[in-house]
Order: sequence, then structure tokens, then C-alpha cells
Amino acid sequence: MITTKDVEHIGWLARLKMEEEQLEGYAGQLNSVLDYFGQLDEVDTEGVEPTFHVLKVNNVFRDDEVTGCLTHDEATGNAPRTQDGYFKAPRII
Amino acid sequence: MITVAQTLEAIRNSSVEDVLNQCIDRIESGTFNTFITVAKESALEAAGKMEGHTGPLAGIPIAIKDNISTRGIQTTCASKILGGYVPPYDAHVIERLKAAGAIIVGKANMDEFAMGTSTESSHYGPTLNPWDPERVPGGSSGGSAATVAASEVPLSLGSDTGGSVRCPASFCGVVGLKPTYGVISRYGLISYANSLEQIGPIASNVEDMTLLFNVIAGHDARDSTSVAGEKDYTKALVDDVKGLTIGVPEEYFGEGIDPAVEKSVWDGVHRLEELGASWKEVKMAHTKYALAAYYVIAMSEASSNLARFDGMRYGLRLEKDHDWHTTYSEIRAQGFGEEVKRRILLGTYALSAGYMDKYYLKALKVRTLIRQDFEQALKDTDVLIAPTMPTPAFKLGEKISDPLTLYMADVNTVPINLAGVPSVSLPCGFSNGLPIGLQVMGRHFDEATIIRTAYTFEQNTDFHTRSPEVA
Repeated sequence: MITTKDVEHIGWLARLKMEEEQLEGYAGQLNSVLDYFGQLDEVDTEGVEPTFHVLKVNNVFRDDEVTGCLTHDEATGNAPRTQDGYFKAPRII
Repeated sequence: MITVAQTLEAIRNSSVEDVLNQCIDRIESGTFNTFITVAKESALEAAGKMEGHTGPLAGIPIAIKDNISTRGIQTTCASKILGGYVPPYDAHVIERLKAAGAIIVGKANMDEFAMGTSTESSHYGPTLNPWDPERVPGGSSGGSAATVAASEVPLSLGSDTGGSVRCPASFCGVVGLKPTYGVISRYGLISYANSLEQIGPIASNVEDMTLLFNVIAGHDARDSTSVAGEKDYTKALVDDVKGLTIGVPEEYFGEGIDPAVEKSVWDGVHRLEELGASWKEVKMAHTKYALAAYYVIAMSEASSNLARFDGMRYGLRLEKDHDWHTTYSEIRAQGFGEEVKRRILLGTYALSAGYMDKYYLKALKVRTLIRQDFEQALKDTDVLIAPTMPTPAFKLGEKISDPLTLYMADVNTVPINLAGVPSVSLPCGFSNGLPIGLQVMGRHFDEATIIRTAYTFEQNTDFHTRSPEVA
């Protein structure tokens, strides 16, 4: 059972700010969806390997060669705030 | 609806520019909110360079779902958080379309970040269904399907994570394909659930859909899940199903199916039988668990994929910065819509310590059983046929307030994405004036057989010739 306190914590983990009045609504919705997910418990998966990828593929390697890439201006062109050609981020500490 | 052949004929009789201008006029006067961005300027510029182009889609206008990156054209994923974002590069499919001569007329409306079954979660307002504007066009590629149904463009691209090409194709009475996972490069597709999603072609008929598929399919070294090998899928446009065995999975005709949908799909199976195919019922025992497995996997992958939206390198940035965590959390709270937040929260929870085995790993094991169901069912059948959607298009607002009810609508489309097999939806009937979609599924990499089946059905019925009355 997910409580409003749990929703707040999940929101913190997911970097999603929650308003106090939203917590109860999300808790209700999350509980009903998780209840539904609970039906997976009925399935016997003893000895069944998980499918991470539907095709039997292996790692793909390529030669370590320099190819074309975005210019500095293209790479930073969509940033809302830049300074001296860098992305400008808020303080971390 | 408009076909590629009609568009090429119109170009021969006038010019690429004339045909493009007519297309843009139709889009701009349209009332179904099919586009987020109309790229009039770049489209006209491309049209001006089309003289002498010999590509298979030379001069053909095409709409692109707004989660596929287009160099120089705003790409928002129908989200506030990406408003104003202009990709500095083209997706692989866009490079291929441009090489084939197609002209990108704009970015089609969709559910925010491709999360939805109705195109109601778009930040830019819902798309309306051209067959009945009070109803949804399906989702999440609702704009892509509705623009073809409304005769605005002959072709469009969508993306299909749990049915997002086939659902709107079904609700809008057009043809849409979800190819085998890996056949079309996902380079430049803004990821939602990367182990499930594929870009898919949408058109008014099977031949045009195949023509478009032929252009965009093929290996791309920039997508490590892209599969090598090239095929000419147009060779599969054969009006003949003699000797083909169709499997009909009873689990796809379950609780909640509309009687008109059930009848139309069975009529379709019998029509193919008259044309020389045989059919048998097949069992797919784990189908009832597909929805739960799909949503666990999709939401888990979404919570990871959408972590990149922090407002620093692109997208929404708020006026005032606080510390890192607060700034990041506020941007995302204001930038993402309700459905996206709900899925990120559920995915974060499903991947959190103590729950990963219970939800995510369990869902991946159930996925194996669902994949095996397909392998078993397709051992002695060539294709499987079932309804695409259990009902025709529902009304706007009818399901959006109850997430679980909305998720249930995907019951017949999500197993295909879990198994990675190809599936096409095409019109097979009408109920109270609303289109019904028939779904043809096949083995991995056997798009040719589902195209052949769909083409034969289409050539011997007239459902694809009907268009909604658009003012």
C-alpha cells in the first residue's frame, strides 16, 4: 500500500516536485495500477529467463574511428542558459 | 483519402510546389488539430529543389510524428518541457525520406511523449477524429493517422510502443504497420520505452504503406539494436493468399469486445478463406498478462529515458534557479503533464530497491512466455488475425480521467511489442460510421507475409476506399 509519504519519496527519487494536494490523488492512482500489476504474481515463472531483448543479438562493436559530430554551437544551441560556451547549471553545493 | 499515385499524377499535371501548397492549405484550414508545427518554409524550399529528382517519393508531402527528430524543425513530443526545441540533426528515417524525395510538411500531434491511447494528453490540445470530431483519433500517433484520414497528406510516420501506430490506424480507418523490432532504426526517435518501440509507416492503403516502409527500413550503425539486411517489401504486394494458414487467437476476442468489431474481423477471416487461405483457432495462454507486463516494462524504461529532461541542455527553464535538486524537480513538475508524471512515478517505484524483482524482472519473465506464445502459435500458421482495438473510437473525455480503464484499451496491441513481432492494422468494417481495424501479425522479419495478406484482403474489399466527409 503506497502512502502519501511514499509518493513524496518516489517524487524525490524521480526529481518531480509534488504539491501537498497532489499526493493523495497520486497515491490512489498508483495503488490501483500496482494492484493491477499484482496479477503478474499468478504466473509461474520458475526457471523462465527474462527477455531483455526480443531478438537473439549480441553486443555490437564498431571501429574506434572519429566521425562527424555536432559543432559546439549546435550542441549548445538549444540550451536556455549558457555562459562562455558552456551550459549554465544551478549551483550543486 | 489521398494516395501516393494520385499525388504523383497531380505533380505531373502541375508542379511539386502547387501540390505542396494545396496540401498546406488543407492542413491550415483543417479543424482536427492534427499538427503541432507546420514547416511551410522548409517544405517549400525542399519543393524548389525537387526538379529532376528520381526518388520513389519525389515531391510527396509527409507528416512526421513530433517525437522524431527533424533538423531545423521544432520537435516537442507534444510536451511543454520541449517547447521550442529545434533538433540539430535528422533521425535516420528522416535522412532516408529526404533521400527518397519526400517533403516534410510538419510535425503531427501526439500523446505527450507517446504515452497514451487517445492523443488527449498532448500539451497542444487533443486531435479530433475526422470520422466524428467528438471522438478520439486513438493514440499516441493520433495526429499522424488523422491527417491521412482527413486527406491532408498521403503519408505519415508514427511510432508504436504498445500499439501507437495501429490503434490510431484502427480508429481513423487507415493502414499502419509496427515492424519487427530492429528493422527500422530508432536513431533520432526520442525514446519512451526503447525495448518496445518502433517507428511505423501510416497510409491510406497497403501499397502506399509498403512503399513508405521500403524507404525507411534498413540498417543503421548508429542504433545498436538495428538489424542488418535490406529487402524489397514491394515484392510482397501480391493478391494471393492461396495455401496460407491463418491463426485466430481466441484470447483476442475477450471480455469487452464490441460485437460489431468481432463480426467484422471474423468476416475478414472468412473473406480470406474464400480467397484460398485456411484458418484455425490458436491458443495464446499468457495474453491476459500482457497488459500488466507491458506497463511495468514501459513505465520502468520511461522513468529512465525521461531522466534526461532537466532543462539545462534544452527545453523548459524556469525564471529563477535554486539549488540543483529543487531547480530540476520544479522544471520537471511544470514541464511534464499528468500522464507522463504518473508513468515516471510508477516506473521509478517499480525499479526502486526491493521492488525491482517483484515488478520489473517478473514482467521480463512474463514477456518471455508471451514471446513463446507467438512462436508456438506461428509454428504451423503463417499469420495471426485479430481485432486491433476491442471497440471503435471512444468519445473525448470518456476514459482520460481513469488511467486503468484507458490502459485496458491496449489489450490487443501490446503483446506484439512485447514479442517484437510485426503487425499491420487495416480497415475491415464500420460500426455506426466509425472504422474498425483488423490486425495481421506475423513472425519476426516476416513483414512480407503480413503485407501479402493485408494487400489481398484490401484488393478484394472496399473498406479502404471510404473517406470521412471532411468540410
